[in-house]
Amino acid sequence: MPPIVRRRLVPALLCLLCLLCVRPALALTSEQAGRIAAGDSDERIAALNEVVATGDAALAPFVQALLDDTVKTAGGKAYIMRDGKAVEAAGGAAAVLPAEAEDAVNNNRMRRELESAIAVLKLVSPDRAVRARAIAELKDQVDEGKLGLIEQAEAAETDGELKAALNLLRAAVLISSTDPARRVAAAKALSGARSPATRSLLLEKLQAESEPSVKAAIQAALDSVQGQLAWGERLGVLFTGASLGSILLLVALGLAITYGLMGVINMAHGELMMIGAYATYVVQNLFRSQWPAAFEFYIAVAVPVSFLAAAAVGAVLERSVIRWLYGRPLETLLATWGISLVLQQAVRSIFGAQNVGVENPGWMSGGVQVLPNLVLPYNRLAIIGFAALVLAGMALVIARTRLGLFVRGVTQNRRMAACVGVDTARVDTLAFSLGAGIAGLAGCALSQVGNVGPDLGQGYIVDSFMVVVLGGVGQLAGTVVAALGLGVLNKLLEGWAGAVLAKIMVLVIIVVFIQKRPQGLFAVKGRSAEA
Amino acid sequence: MHRRHALKAASAALALSGLLSLPALGADTIKVGVLHSLSGTMAISETVLKDTVLMAIDEINAKGGVLGKKLEPVVVDPASNWPLFAEKARQLISQDKVAAVFGCWTSVSRKSVLPVFEELNSLLFYPVQYEGEELSKNVFYTGAAPNQQAIPAVEYLMSKDGGSAKRFVLLGTDYVYPRTTNKILRAFLKSKGIAEADIMEDYTPFGHADYQSIIAKIKKFASEGKKTAVVSTINGDSNVPFYKELGNQGLKATDVPVVAFSVGEEELRGVDTKPLVGHLAAWNYFMSVKSPANTEFIKKWSDYAKAKGIAGHKDKPITNDPMEATYIGIHMWKAAVEKAKSTDTDKVIAAMAGQTFPAPGGFTSTMDKENHHLHKPVFIGEIKADGQFNVVWKTKGPVVADPWSDYIAENKGKLNVAEVKKK
Repeated sequence: MPPIVRRRLVPALLCLLCLLCVRPALALTSEQAGRIAAGDSDERIAALNEVVATGDAALAPFVQALLDDTVKTAGGKAYIMRDGKAVEAAGGAAAVLPAEAEDAVNNNRMRRELESAIAVLKLVSPDRAVRARAIAELKDQVDEGKLGLIEQAEAAETDGELKAALNLLRAAVLISSTDPARRVAAAKALSGARSPATRSLLLEKLQAESEPSVKAAIQAALDSVQGQLAWGERLGVLFTGASLGSILLLVALGLAITYGLMGVINMAHGELMMIGAYATYVVQNLFRSQWPAAFEFYIAVAVPVSFLAAAAVGAVLERSVIRWLYGRPLETLLATWGISLVLQQAVRSIFGAQNVGVENPGWMSGGVQVLPNLVLPYNRLAIIGFAALVLAGMALVIARTRLGLFVRGVTQNRRMAACVGVDTARVDTLAFSLGAGIAGLAGCALSQVGNVGPDLGQGYIVDSFMVVVLGGVGQLAGTVVAALGLGVLNKLLEGWAGAVLAKIMVLVIIVVFIQKRPQGLFAVKGRSAEA
Repeated sequence: MHRRHALKAASAALALSGLLSLPALGADTIKVGVLHSLSGTMAISETVLKDTVLMAIDEINAKGGVLGKKLEPVVVDPASNWPLFAEKARQLISQDKVAAVFGCWTSVSRKSVLPVFEELNSLLFYPVQYEGEELSKNVFYTGAAPNQQAIPAVEYLMSKDGGSAKRFVLLGTDYVYPRTTNKILRAFLKSKGIAEADIMEDYTPFGHADYQSIIAKIKKFASEGKKTAVVSTINGDSNVPFYKELGNQGLKATDVPVVAFSVGEEELRGVDTKPLVGHLAAWNYFMSVKSPANTEFIKKWSDYAKAKGIAGHKDKPITNDPMEATYIGIHMWKAAVEKAKSTDTDKVIAAMAGQTFPAPGGFTSTMDKENHHLHKPVFIGEIKADGQFNVVWKTKGPVVADPWSDYIAENKGKLNVAEVKKK
């Protein structure tokens, strides 16, 4: 036999042989299946552990069926429903389902035990990926009953990384052993772990421990684990701050153009965002009804549609109302406030007053686990990326295109630009539409993380002005720094003082800052700052 | 001069005719007010209650109405704006002259309208679970008091089947209901031996949508030792981003179960419930409760929703606890009016004592003789992948309400009897 097979096969065979000698390895009997599927939770778990200890592979599909809610019970026997037909749980023979059969019900505790049973059974699977997943699942749920199988699996394991992980699992069980020396060894082994469950376990054991040497070992392990976990927490705050910052950036970018560059106080900015969000909702519905197979990609269409929809509304707004009010900030404020109410009511009349449901496409659900205590949700990662793209796009337009050149010229010195031949009226409309379109993009992003309703804009209008004023009018860099800074600050304070107080503190800080430095973080130098 | 006289006369005539055209109560219909938010952050929960009242009214009218007269609903939208609730309540009672009002969800809306109902001596039927600490003669509380929802839920979490939780996160929206309920729960937990350090309280404002750091905090708190459970009193559409974030961050119910008191089938409609399987809610009714009365109730509602084209419900009809409580409330009011042979508030209040009604939940609902609350059973349900609830625990029979909770020290000596305010 080739050496590699011998290394794996022989120990496994030996273990199996030992099992055979110790206990008769029965296939799952119908009586056992019946006891696992129904009855008192304590008894069901005891029956489950009994069968798991035999390591019978036939148990796995039955346990999976229980988790998938496809098991029915009647008269102490269990049946699995496959394609509407019943098969006996033990043996798999086709059966006739009795009339009084009921669904097998699992509560949280039962489900936990079933999941760990499956993970344990998977520990000896030939597929490495399956074994790795099983070990990850068991991290939180080890107990004495599983020790035998874990040691077995560790002995049979050839992959170094997985072997180390199994060692940690073993240590997690041995930390409760009656022998102090083994407990010390287990504590030392656990200090290399980085998961919150290990910290939980060590804290518990520290309380219950009486032996000083073991206590010291556990404390040392705890410090090491906590040090590693702290990194996860710091990165977590940074990520949540960046995520909030990216959302603030998106909502403030449009305003940075209309208010920052053009000096128009647009109180309807929130409603332009709402229009973008509703445009996304309409595109989603369209895809759902016309092209359900391509639903995952509705976002790709929703982005330009929300930009154009909001830009169109912005253009109409500029042409009809704002162009008559340049240089008169109070009137602009009042007029745009009225427009915001009109837009809100229009949306209420068309779509109804309640929130509408915008579903994330499948690839945006869930998250990626980078550290044991840090999960980065996909939808927030996507929004951070999206905000960066929008920022880059906008910077490009302002800095490199002719439109951007005209916008900058018109806002710095309108008369001079007009003298040189720039059509200031057209540039104003285009610039305002650009700002409105970006607000639409922000609305599209917001629809993926929050609720979409007629008053979506009201929740963000104050934040957008805050970011633009703090960052300094006329400068994109200011908006970026202010948005990210406010995001991180808000999240830091929230972790410390709660959401309500954090909001209050952030506002107070901004008020104080503006008192000392009214021009904001990055002020444009020169006389043209005050137009 | 002549013109001014003419104008004065004309306006006086107009005013008089306006007064005369106000409908008198003794006409063909009995007016009933519906005071639920149809827009704003609470619309997600309250809109369906308005439709339940309308359905019950249609049902009652089809059987001949009350005292031979048809019921006429007067629907107003206080838009999740608490002072507006009081204004609309006053409008309903003084201007529209309604015989009773069915409404409110948040405790802050109920507290806003309470002085109006007591001043004008009208009737409010309040169908939502709340924090207790109130017993007004003018209000009938068809929802659960804390001892009919919150306390049994926490007891379940501490039991073996619930996960033997020893640490608790009390998370809520920042207003009177969560704050008072958490005060009661803290006292309850302390009486069960849970240490102060093992309880974490956190609040978010109405409409809050960013739950990242709160869930990170919960994860950290949960990793500090014993098994942790979360008790959520978040209200309104904040629940949608909360549960979305829970699912995205992978906080599974088998690790940290979340039991919610204001989340039912309706609030879960817009959420992908597959990652949320196993999280819990505590109510006195679930759509999945198996009983002939429930089957009938659900059928009535589906037919009504289809006929009226109610958004969402016409394709996927859903019933929940506040809908059941609304339904019971309006039928009990009808029976009380018929018993008292009048819609006069004090007579109806007297006739309400001891009223019974076969509840869709499958048992007989009884209005207590003295404390204006219903005797209700408690169900604890786990979320299933399809958004319905699996009942995992229930009380053997109905529980009598204890609005002046025994866990609040100031309540010593207070009787569970509606006070009659001296005029």
